[in-house]
Amino acid sequence: MDDFLLRALLAGLGVAAVAGPLGCFVVWRRMAYFGDTLAHASLLGVALGLMTEVGTTVGIALVCVAVALALANLRQVSTIASDTMLGILSHGTLAVGLVVIGTLETVRVDLLSYLFGDILAVTWADLALVYGGGALLLLVLMKIWRAMLAITVHEELAAVEGVRTGWARLVYTLMVALVIAVGMKVVGIILITSMLIIPAAAARRFARTPESMALLASLFGVFAVLLGLGGSMRYDMPSGPAIVAAAFGLFVITGIVAHIRMALKSRTEA
Amino acid sequence: MNTLIAAHDLTVSIDGRTLIDQVSFSVPAGEIVTIIGPNGGGKTTLLKALLGLIKTDRGRVERAPKLTLGYMPQKLAIDRALPLTARRFIRLSGRIESGTAQRVGEECDITHLLDRDMSVLSGGEIQRVLLARSLAHDPDLLVLDEPAQGMDVTGQAALFELLARIRDRRGCSVLMVSHDLHLVMRGTDRVICLNGHICCTGGPEEVRVDPAFAELFGARAADQLALYHHHHDHTHDDDGSVVPLEGHGHHGHEHHGHDHGHGGAP
Repeated sequence: MDDFLLRALLAGLGVAAVAGPLGCFVVWRRMAYFGDTLAHASLLGVALGLMTEVGTTVGIALVCVAVALALANLRQVSTIASDTMLGILSHGTLAVGLVVIGTLETVRVDLLSYLFGDILAVTWADLALVYGGGALLLLVLMKIWRAMLAITVHEELAAVEGVRTGWARLVYTLMVALVIAVGMKVVGIILITSMLIIPAAAARRFARTPESMALLASLFGVFAVLLGLGGSMRYDMPSGPAIVAAAFGLFVITGIVAHIRMALKSRTEA
Repeated sequence: MNTLIAAHDLTVSIDGRTLIDQVSFSVPAGEIVTIIGPNGGGKTTLLKALLGLIKTDRGRVERAPKLTLGYMPQKLAIDRALPLTARRFIRLSGRIESGTAQRVGEECDITHLLDRDMSVLSGGEIQRVLLARSLAHDPDLLVLDEPAQGMDVTGQAALFELLARIRDRRGCSVLMVSHDLHLVMRGTDRVICLNGHICCTGGPEEVRVDPAFAELFGARAADQLALYHHHHDHTHDDDGSVVPLEGHGHHGHEHHGHDHGHGGAP
């Protein structure tokens, strides 16, 4: 296997493994659109990161946290429904990000690679970020797992029981931002949310506990990367979209399987 | 008697609207205290202020040292995408021993539900699971927000019996919000009528004959409970402010902590 293929494969697998458990929380907390908003806003983070030379990852993290804080505060004072607010921030930050990137004369930016990913251009440094950041994310997630679950089920009940809810939410937002930052190379800003929600949604059909759903989501994600990258090599398809299309295919097939299984079960019970 | 939790002149307003106004009361150890009042009367707001979940504008909450609280919120909306058994739900309450879920499950008669998914439980079953979770840390004080909501009459009666049993066995206090007058009157030690401010308070027998009670719940509801009426000394205008009745002089009784010196909402 060529070096660049190996790197692409490793990067994809790493991102899928981390996106599974984090994506479960996106699904459980009904935050799919929030994830999308963070993804779009991250292009602004890329622009600011390049402009100020703090680096794209730091830029993305800062912008994501700023957007999350803005949303939390606007929700309390605004008369606009929160999905409208999400739409405004989502497209507003994406547009500003595009404008800023367009004005950067000193840096040549391949916009398409940010929007749709460029997994074949993954470097060894990128890989170090994927696995270093990924390992850190999973460690932190394990540490706050019960608190996050408690907040997901009922925030005020968790607060009364001693969970520091504001803190846990901030950490979680940062984790989503980091996944977006490292996943961007693989599938791009436009499609990164799908790596969070599609494997998780497919996993729900076979899971009986939160932990088994998180594990299955990782497995489905890994499988989608293998399928998508394989197809991309064989048929010369764009690799980011191919991975997401594979995840989508898995979602449809698992849906049919789950449906048949349920029909069989109710027949044997009848 | 030891006081577990006390409110001193609690005032909460949101967007310039005063939800509760200078509310003071306390929950003694071992007692069941029930807050009743009309919708929008600030019952849930008062509970949340006591629990520290919302900011108060004025006043303070005093807790007994090392007080352990159990809380049962009003609504529970778990997304169906989250696979969670009732046992796991109870264990989310924090670090508890492995047998605790089973023990509180037995206490609330829900052992047959423990391994079912939360998404398939009925409203009444969820209420019992919530109650079980609130017991997981052996609380000194149970704070329950409308514990019997969404239940039929039989279910409600059973739940209040269960609450009384829990209190007797554990010796804990209960502070709850309810709007079912009949059941409240049977199973409670002290009643607080709340409509922005405390309209009247006392034992169930005292409160049911209080004119402020009839004022709050309408003559018919009060008639069903009350044996007699007497003169009101204040009434409420449209936004719930207190309007003293002119020419009222004699007042038939004094309740403990009765808040008649109240000046009305600002």
